[in-house]
Amino acid sequence: MKVGVVTFPGSLDDRDALRAVRAVGAEPVSLWHGDADLKGVDAVILPGGFSYGDYLRCGAIARFAPVMDALIPAAQGGLPVLGICNGFQVLCESHLLPGALIRNDHRKFNCIDQRLVVENASTAWTSDFETGQEITIVLKNGEGGYVADEATLDRLEGEGQVVFRYAGSNPNGSYRAIAGVTNERGNVVGLMPHPEHCIEDGYGPSLDGLPFFTSVLRQAVSA
Amino acid sequence: MGHVVIDVMLKPEILDPQGQAVGGALPRLGFEQFTDVRQGKRFVLTVDGDVTDAHLAAARDAAEKLLSNPVIEDVVSVRAAGADEDPDQ
Repeated sequence: MKVGVVTFPGSLDDRDALRAVRAVGAEPVSLWHGDADLKGVDAVILPGGFSYGDYLRCGAIARFAPVMDALIPAAQGGLPVLGICNGFQVLCESHLLPGALIRNDHRKFNCIDQRLVVENASTAWTSDFETGQEITIVLKNGEGGYVADEATLDRLEGEGQVVFRYAGSNPNGSYRAIAGVTNERGNVVGLMPHPEHCIEDGYGPSLDGLPFFTSVLRQAVSA
Repeated sequence: MGHVVIDVMLKPEILDPQGQAVGGALPRLGFEQFTDVRQGKRFVLTVDGDVTDAHLAAARDAAEKLLSNPVIEDVVSVRAAGADEDPDQ
């Protein structure tokens, strides 16, 4: 199975995402923002970082990169896509996921081990978790406040599209403590915390990042 | 050379941490009379010749597609800069 990781100008965590893909036995493929070519991959990760310096709005300029012209229809057609941190912001700006991310309510940059509750273990990226499972993943961002209007939030809750919720205190003012969401089909998932940093003993607070990558691998095997 | 001026603001119901930070600094400088600050964005687009209705229509389109995110922001104004107004100043 091939999993692509897109590098935008200002991406930071693309190498860690490629490494996580390799760690679970899949083939990592580097994708370039300037190429409208997904190189035949079976899934795509949009990594963390500060694409285009977060100019205009986080993810707003990356959303119009040539690679997105190929990725958006593929995602709408069912390709598994995971957006981590800045990648989540890109997916929201692309309208592949509902809502938007704004500056943390306390205006400080977070860099913490964050507890999360898995609310939906049936997406392409969460099937190796149990619904209700509590995990700990690192969270590091300045603009992680998830916002959407009340009707959208109610719909997300009703349809099971809230995938992760912050446990304990809300680290950034996200509405309804939402840390990650999915689309209606469950193939596109975005979250602010960083599973790719939690895949190896001695680095990060847990190995709770691994199931993200094994989940999508299992999906490809069974497809 | 004409200019189109576009103003974008966060929707009123969206928290504005930057505006709050500015609002918190004002009293320290002795400005006690301002009860709230909201911070927005201004874009100045330059065109050859005078600004036409077609320029304004394209600017509105660009404002909706790129310059604002309709989930969190409103485009509050798209207008041609006045003849006595130099938007670069």
